[in-house]
Amino acid sequence: MTTVAVKPATMAQALTRALRDAMAADPAVHVMGEDVGALGGVFRVTDGLTKEFGEDRCTDTPLAEAGILGTAVGMAMYGLRPVVEMQFDAFAYPAFEQLISHVSRMRNRTRGRMPLPITVRVPYGGGIGGVEHHSDSSEAYYLATPGLHVVTPATVADAYGLLRQAIASDDPVVFLEPKRLYWSKDTWNPEHPTDVEPIGRAVVRRPGRSATLITYGPSLPVCLEAAEAAQAEGWDLEVVDLRSLVPFDDETVCAAVRRTGRAVVVHESTGFGGPGGEIAARITERCFHHLEAPVLRVAGFDIPYPPPMLERHHLPGVDRILDAVARLQWEAEG
Amino acid sequence: MTVMEQRGAYRPSPPPAWQPRMDPAPLLPDAEPYRVLGTEAAAKADPDLLRRLYTQLVRGRRYNTQATALTKQGRLAVYPSSTGQEACEVAAALALEERDWLFPSYRDTLAVVARGVDPVEALTLLRGDWHNGYDPRTHRVAPLSTPLATQLPHAVGLAHAARLKGDDVVALALVGDGGTSEGDFHEALNFAAVWQAPVVFLVQNNGFAISVPLAKQTAAPSLAHKAVGYGMPGRLVDGNDAAAVHEVLADAVRHARAGGGPTLVEAVTYRIDAHTNADDATRYRGDAEVEAWRAHDPIELLEAELTARGLLDHAAIEAARQDAEEMAADLRDRMNRDPELDPMALFDHVYAETTAQLREQRALLRAELEAEQEQHGEPEGGVR
Repeated sequence: MTTVAVKPATMAQALTRALRDAMAADPAVHVMGEDVGALGGVFRVTDGLTKEFGEDRCTDTPLAEAGILGTAVGMAMYGLRPVVEMQFDAFAYPAFEQLISHVSRMRNRTRGRMPLPITVRVPYGGGIGGVEHHSDSSEAYYLATPGLHVVTPATVADAYGLLRQAIASDDPVVFLEPKRLYWSKDTWNPEHPTDVEPIGRAVVRRPGRSATLITYGPSLPVCLEAAEAAQAEGWDLEVVDLRSLVPFDDETVCAAVRRTGRAVVVHESTGFGGPGGEIAARITERCFHHLEAPVLRVAGFDIPYPPPMLERHHLPGVDRILDAVARLQWEAEG
Repeated sequence: MTVMEQRGAYRPSPPPAWQPRMDPAPLLPDAEPYRVLGTEAAAKADPDLLRRLYTQLVRGRRYNTQATALTKQGRLAVYPSSTGQEACEVAAALALEERDWLFPSYRDTLAVVARGVDPVEALTLLRGDWHNGYDPRTHRVAPLSTPLATQLPHAVGLAHAARLKGDDVVALALVGDGGTSEGDFHEALNFAAVWQAPVVFLVQNNGFAISVPLAKQTAAPSLAHKAVGYGMPGRLVDGNDAAAVHEVLADAVRHARAGGGPTLVEAVTYRIDAHTNADDATRYRGDAEVEAWRAHDPIELLEAELTARGLLDHAAIEAARQDAEEMAADLRDRMNRDPELDPMALFDHVYAETTAQLREQRALLRAELEAEQEQHGEPEGGVR
């Protein structure tokens, strides 16, 4: 993929543009959620959509997440393509029954007769100083549910491209938006804004030979920073951005690990029962003979998300990643 | 000068006057459930409609006894009988136009069948060969919903979407008395009223949520009263009076279709059978109560009315029974055949395009089935 870097934009702006372009391209696309109208969403991602498309296309709903997603199911049954906003990660929990009992299963239950093309936008993760229930990394819950796609962008180009793909998908997609990257600026090409890899493909963001960091969403910039810092210690780190947790790109991940023989999985979500355990197991099952060291995980601690004044101790940072990289010198320890 | 400094001179203005948003009186249900049969209102009922209701009631009762028998024979994993509630089921289906949608709960197989779904396909979920047997779009019937009240917001969303598209389609959602305690009941009614969605909610209050009686389910004067809090009319109807349920539902459907918004209908009825074959109803209710409700049987009520008015004779009653027997015999025959199951179908329709992970697992199952075939030397349900 070659993108001509034309203009800088924030991830939030790219998401807004993706919603607007999707709505303009297909009258079946409806945006709905709490505060998405006049306010433009608490993160302003839906800014201007009601003005441009009317209240029927971008709808302020009552404050009720199960109701938002439950009515979206009925709307999708009638041929619309709802894009719902869950405002904050932990606010999505009331909607879990709809997501797990209906959204994820309707295609399977009806043997393909009733697909539900719903996109569930969930701002997730910490690092923005949010109070309790505003910083959870809930991806493990979603990826444990068959029938859902689970996608998370880490770049501005992906924010646009993956959201357009998610809305166009005939399957339900949980679209995890890393809150802390909303305001990160990047250059992207509005001429070819959808020119990114498809959902289900991981991308090597930085080639390297000594070890592979496997990450996604909010931890990608941290991993890239760690890779730069590691150069001083003689480590040439590769960084893989998963982009999609379901479907999972075993091929790209395994090819990377086979090249380097060493891997660290990095994410904010808890380590125990978190995505890293699944990823480490998959790597071990497929690349055991290529591994020079155990697959390590650098994750959030196994604690409820901490209060904002302590969150920096919880979130995986550059030093913790570098410590893990140092532990990859397995033979020396053996 | 601050407020504190001007003490004495300070005269706070009164808060803006409060106004109720609407007069709640027209939304309130009547004190008594609405009845048609045995009252003067019956004379105004359409005889053809009453005869159709009767035929469907007899069919429905027979369907219930046949499906219950199939449970005892092990042909159905479970069957939640609606014996005693047939009037609600049949009226629900007959109150709708073809273009309308029905959102049933797991006990509403009769409404699904009365809507034209093949009786065997309507039992697929309960037989256990697949989760849903029929194409929801063909009959405009959503899959039977097992989680309680979760289908109600779907009905609201569909009705809302239809209105946005300019179609005069109404959604009718069925729920039991227990389901009214669920959060999704509240959210669905609230969304429906705020959006003025063309949807009708029918609560079949059959007295019990498995074993828990209504008195332990709600402290509301009636379930129909709950409508007022959402800003929609609540209607109370005798759920064993097929003519009354049909009239109230048909009114609510017309009202919704004309843009009048949602209605909550509570039909007061009784579940004569246990919750399912796994339930022992003698643990939580007495025979006297069941017998009192048997005396208020929906089929006998309608039969008495039709017979008294000369709209139904012995031959017509026999014809209805014969029709029901034929349906039951056909159901029995087809349900007694083992369904043909293809294990490889497990991996179909999880996603629009299958994933690499599912392709791997599919290959594993195929290998297992082929090994099984080799061992037993017989084909096991067509390995694809």
